[in-house]
Amino acid sequence: MSVAPGVGVVHSGRWLGGVALGKPAVFVLLLLPLAWLVYAVAFNQLGANPAQALVRATGDWTLRMLCLVLALTPLRLQFDLPQLARLRRMVGVFVYFYAVLHLLSYAWFDMGFVWVDVVKDIPKRPFILVGFTAWVALSLLALTSFDRAVKWLGGKNWRRLHRSVYAVAALALLHFFWMRAAKNDLYEVAVYALVVAVLLGWRAVRALRARTRA
Amino acid sequence: MLIKTTSSAYDHGVPSEITPTEVYHARRDLLRWMASGAAGATLASWGAREAFAQSVKLPGKNVPLAAVKSPVAGAMSLEKLTDYKDATGYNNFYEFGTDKSDPARNAGTLKTSPWSVEIEGLVKKPGRYALEDLLKLSAMEERIYRLRCVEGWSMVIPWLGYSLSALIKRVEPLGAAKYVEFVTLADPKTMPGVTSRVLDWPYVEGLRLDEAMHPLTLLSFGMYGELLPKQSGAPLRLVVPWKYGFKSGKSIVKIRFTDKQPLTAWNKAAPREYGFYSNVNPGVDHPRWSQASERRIGEDGLFARKRKTLLFNGYEAQVGQLYAGMDLKTYF
Repeated sequence: MSVAPGVGVVHSGRWLGGVALGKPAVFVLLLLPLAWLVYAVAFNQLGANPAQALVRATGDWTLRMLCLVLALTPLRLQFDLPQLARLRRMVGVFVYFYAVLHLLSYAWFDMGFVWVDVVKDIPKRPFILVGFTAWVALSLLALTSFDRAVKWLGGKNWRRLHRSVYAVAALALLHFFWMRAAKNDLYEVAVYALVVAVLLGWRAVRALRARTRA
Repeated sequence: MLIKTTSSAYDHGVPSEITPTEVYHARRDLLRWMASGAAGATLASWGAREAFAQSVKLPGKNVPLAAVKSPVAGAMSLEKLTDYKDATGYNNFYEFGTDKSDPARNAGTLKTSPWSVEIEGLVKKPGRYALEDLLKLSAMEERIYRLRCVEGWSMVIPWLGYSLSALIKRVEPLGAAKYVEFVTLADPKTMPGVTSRVLDWPYVEGLRLDEAMHPLTLLSFGMYGELLPKQSGAPLRLVVPWKYGFKSGKSIVKIRFTDKQPLTAWNKAAPREYGFYSNVNPGVDHPRWSQASERRIGEDGLFARKRKTLLFNGYEAQVGQLYAGMDLKTYF
């Protein structure tokens, strides 16, 4: 490290508004989209078709959280921000939180909570099947996000399991792409795909470099 | 007791019911005055407002268009009308953008005058028909139709117009004509959406000739008692209430009579998802979502169950015979 260890920590701490404050502040920040949606439902701000708006918004926020969690490690290592490591699991749980809201919105507002219909619907539509698969994988990661789970699995296994978030990102993109593909309206899909590609590409390049160095 | 005899010939009104001559003439004068001049135009539209008071409260956004209630079977739904704001603020008109709020935001640039419709193909009387002449071609009717979008939402809209069959009879299709193709405006200068690659422009729709001749197939010039707003397909559009909404082309510039099934825009873009017929059918799902139910915009609350979609959007009694013997799963 080029910067003296102590200096780096103090500087980065200030950047997040203090090391102690950083995590709760981010927690509140990541709840803001939900707060907005609750407000929008209560005050009728979601337009003519609020049900569809909710399903879409929760899906959008799941993707954004996913991009954010994938960005943490590149940001931490590229810009020497070690405290970002402390946020990783929490942001990861937020990805799952919005994914659950997305699934619930679909099951509730689209399917009226008729679970028989939901179960019949999932395998019938490939894009929903893909989204559901991503959700199941995310559930596994969320269930093993606690300290005790890390201990129980062992650091190495835990990291290996949680690398499946890369596959989740790919599935989520495919789900979004499929939804938009028929309308040929792929601009937004392309933006998310680019972000995910950069973040995963950064990891691939780094792993490749590490291997050639070894 | 009043006993009528053959000698009474006809009943005389009591003197108090007879309009005095001077009042009668005053009314004639008023009508003459209304029929002429700018003041007359104002009052005439006021008259139209009165005539409409029963079914639609004029939104006051556009020029009123007088019409009579349609006598066509099934043309006057008794369901609650969708709010004008929702019907004109939440719709698809991809030439102005793919978001459902885009048309209302962007359609202001559409130039609807002068406007004419080119009639071509297998007809005896092809040619260019001016909008002014089309407006006068047949009596304007008000029709209250359910509208079911392929995306799973629905509305109830009071349209103004007349059966497309009136125009078709006027241009006299040849015996070989089996289909009607509708081409809509694609003007890159005024329509920001046509530079996108979402669909091949211009937007083309089509009907079988017998579908086009069905009295419920409406050539529409207005909605909610007024001329069509630009975002809803001004100055004239089609409304085919038993088919998904995208079959009803907006801002039509050309009507072509052919012997071959037209290659319609959505069918071309995604043949597995959008068939030529696209009749509303709860039994034939879209590959990416179910068509069994729908959400009535502005009426079914967020937490309400969706309502069941009806075969042919509830117009089965009127149009079912058009598809007798056809496998609706194959011809979706």
